[in-house]
Amino acid sequence: MDSNKIPRTVPIQSATFSNPINAEIRRAAATGIYDIRGGGAKRRVPHFDDLLFLGASISRYPLEGYREKCETKVTLGTRFAKKPIELDIPITIAGMSFGALSGPAKEALGRGASAAGTSTTTGDGGMTPEERGHSTKLVYQYLPSRYGMNPDDLRKADAIEVVVGQGAKPGGGGMLLGQKISDRVAEMRTLPKGIDQRSACRHPDWTGPDDLEIKILELREITGWQVPIYVKVGGTRPYYDTALAVKAGADVVVLDGMQGGTAATQDVFIEHVGLPTLACIRPAVQALQDLGVHREVQLIVSGGIRTGADVAKAMALGADAVAIGTAALIALGDNDPKWESEYQKLGTTTGAYDDWHEGKDPAGITTQDPELMKRLDPVDAGRRLRNYLKVMTLEAQTIARACGHNHLHNLEPEDLCALTMEAAAMARVPLAGTDWYPGKAGF
Amino acid sequence: MQTYDLEANGLRGLNSALQELNGSSNKTAWEIVNPKGSHAIAVGLNSPIEVTVKGSTGYYCAGMNQQATVRVEGSAGPGVAENMMSGTVIVEGDASQYAGATGHGGLLVIKGNASSRCGISMKGIDIVVHGNIGHMCAFMAQAGNLVVLGDAGDALGDSCYEARFFVRGTVKSLGADCIEKEMRPEHIEILKDLLARAGADAKPEEFKRYGSARKLYNFDVDNAQAY
Repeated sequence: MDSNKIPRTVPIQSATFSNPINAEIRRAAATGIYDIRGGGAKRRVPHFDDLLFLGASISRYPLEGYREKCETKVTLGTRFAKKPIELDIPITIAGMSFGALSGPAKEALGRGASAAGTSTTTGDGGMTPEERGHSTKLVYQYLPSRYGMNPDDLRKADAIEVVVGQGAKPGGGGMLLGQKISDRVAEMRTLPKGIDQRSACRHPDWTGPDDLEIKILELREITGWQVPIYVKVGGTRPYYDTALAVKAGADVVVLDGMQGGTAATQDVFIEHVGLPTLACIRPAVQALQDLGVHREVQLIVSGGIRTGADVAKAMALGADAVAIGTAALIALGDNDPKWESEYQKLGTTTGAYDDWHEGKDPAGITTQDPELMKRLDPVDAGRRLRNYLKVMTLEAQTIARACGHNHLHNLEPEDLCALTMEAAAMARVPLAGTDWYPGKAGF
Repeated sequence: MQTYDLEANGLRGLNSALQELNGSSNKTAWEIVNPKGSHAIAVGLNSPIEVTVKGSTGYYCAGMNQQATVRVEGSAGPGVAENMMSGTVIVEGDASQYAGATGHGGLLVIKGNASSRCGISMKGIDIVVHGNIGHMCAFMAQAGNLVVLGDAGDALGDSCYEARFFVRGTVKSLGADCIEKEMRPEHIEILKDLLARAGADAKPEEFKRYGSARKLYNFDVDNAQAY
């Protein structure tokens, strides 16, 4: 038989040894070091997209969209603080450090969040005047590194967030490469300029939940019991970590799932450590309910929140509010297609740029390069963030009304069903078209 | 002299009274009786007052101190002078772990021994320990001086940055990237001043200096075994 007439097989890429995996093997072989990057998990894991809302028909009575009111206000820190935080919307800006982000980016976050009636959060680099100045409500993170930590800034905060873990790297620290350690960043962190800055993974002066309780007492005594104390944990053992945070005296628990972003850490950590955000919420809520403090100790959920539907779903599962990080950066202008040619020069493309630790961000957001920083207009970027937050809120309200609720907090698991077995099990809501979810007896 | 009975009047009353003082107040000297190992005594002080604690304290005594002089006439629990910014804290007895942790400034004097992790992540504080210190002291220390008249435990100065360590006695082991360094005249002067301020009867020439070799400041895969 003429060999030219034999049909050729189509080359099949290995699912195990895919092109991205092979490229990483080659990169590791060439450099001898694991990949460090920013951003959050990119792999597909069960997510809010795997849930659907059950709008009202006969058995439930919807509210009129655009006419009947659906409240969005949220109060955080009602347990012990004399001055709880009151926000117009249940969407907050997650902690992102000055150093990881440029000054104009921090200013834009403050402008946008304040215009939308919500709070921003500091990060590993301490509190900057421009951030405090432009944020109506500012949460001050108390981090393992304690860079720039001082009691004067502590008292300027509207809330204090004790960071125990982060969703992108629960149990891990960070690595900010020397290129981003500018004079100002080095001074704020008491570090030599140009070194690779290693962030600590654990608080140096306490070692467990009993110590945390005493640490929170100290912070309250320093700030006169005025402001709420949040405790932020990475989503790994949400039931127990939430319960212990409550036991330690938290006013608010912040729970960050594995889709949460980071400035810089190992890719293997980002993609292989932690639980999907969806899987974290119900165990955390269960812990709060078992302790009789659900809604008394508020729960903020973060990690891959992108739309009003995500907001509504998180709240239906029991969260009091959500926090956004990566989404806020995109709203400011990160990974914008208008910088495509420059992303190409960096060996990447729009939507995939994640080398935030290198300080070369063409959008001027995750950089300390003075020339790149000029590209971000904080007023215009703040306006974009404000618009985005408003849209998310409108979307969540629309869904809540359709489910018959006059406050986003009235959303409940019964408003949801799941498209997949995995999502049904994690969210503990019925598989679509059934009244069953894995783990529920009696089907 | 103002006397405050902590057992009778409670922690909140003490800290709010001390924190409300400003430079114009005449109430500059305070004595706290019946501390009984309470936590968070005299934290967040921000004026140049003098506070004497008549007994031993629990966690975080004098935490985040600014300007004040706090003297503990007993031993101190974990985290004494945690994140101190300025001022002076003196512990007449021993100090538990994390003494002076993350401190940005000021002087911490421990007349007895300090446990593990003394000066951990210190960022400019000066610490003088008249006795010995435990293991992992000054881990990730960034700036400031740690002076030890006695011996140091394992892994002194592991992964430190620009902090200086002066030890008169033995060092059980040095941590990653920490080495013995030359004692130059400027270091003698620094040490002389610290010893004098800490009321320590020792000669600077008796000490050895340790600090960062600066070989791990930038990540290099060939140094991976050191991490």
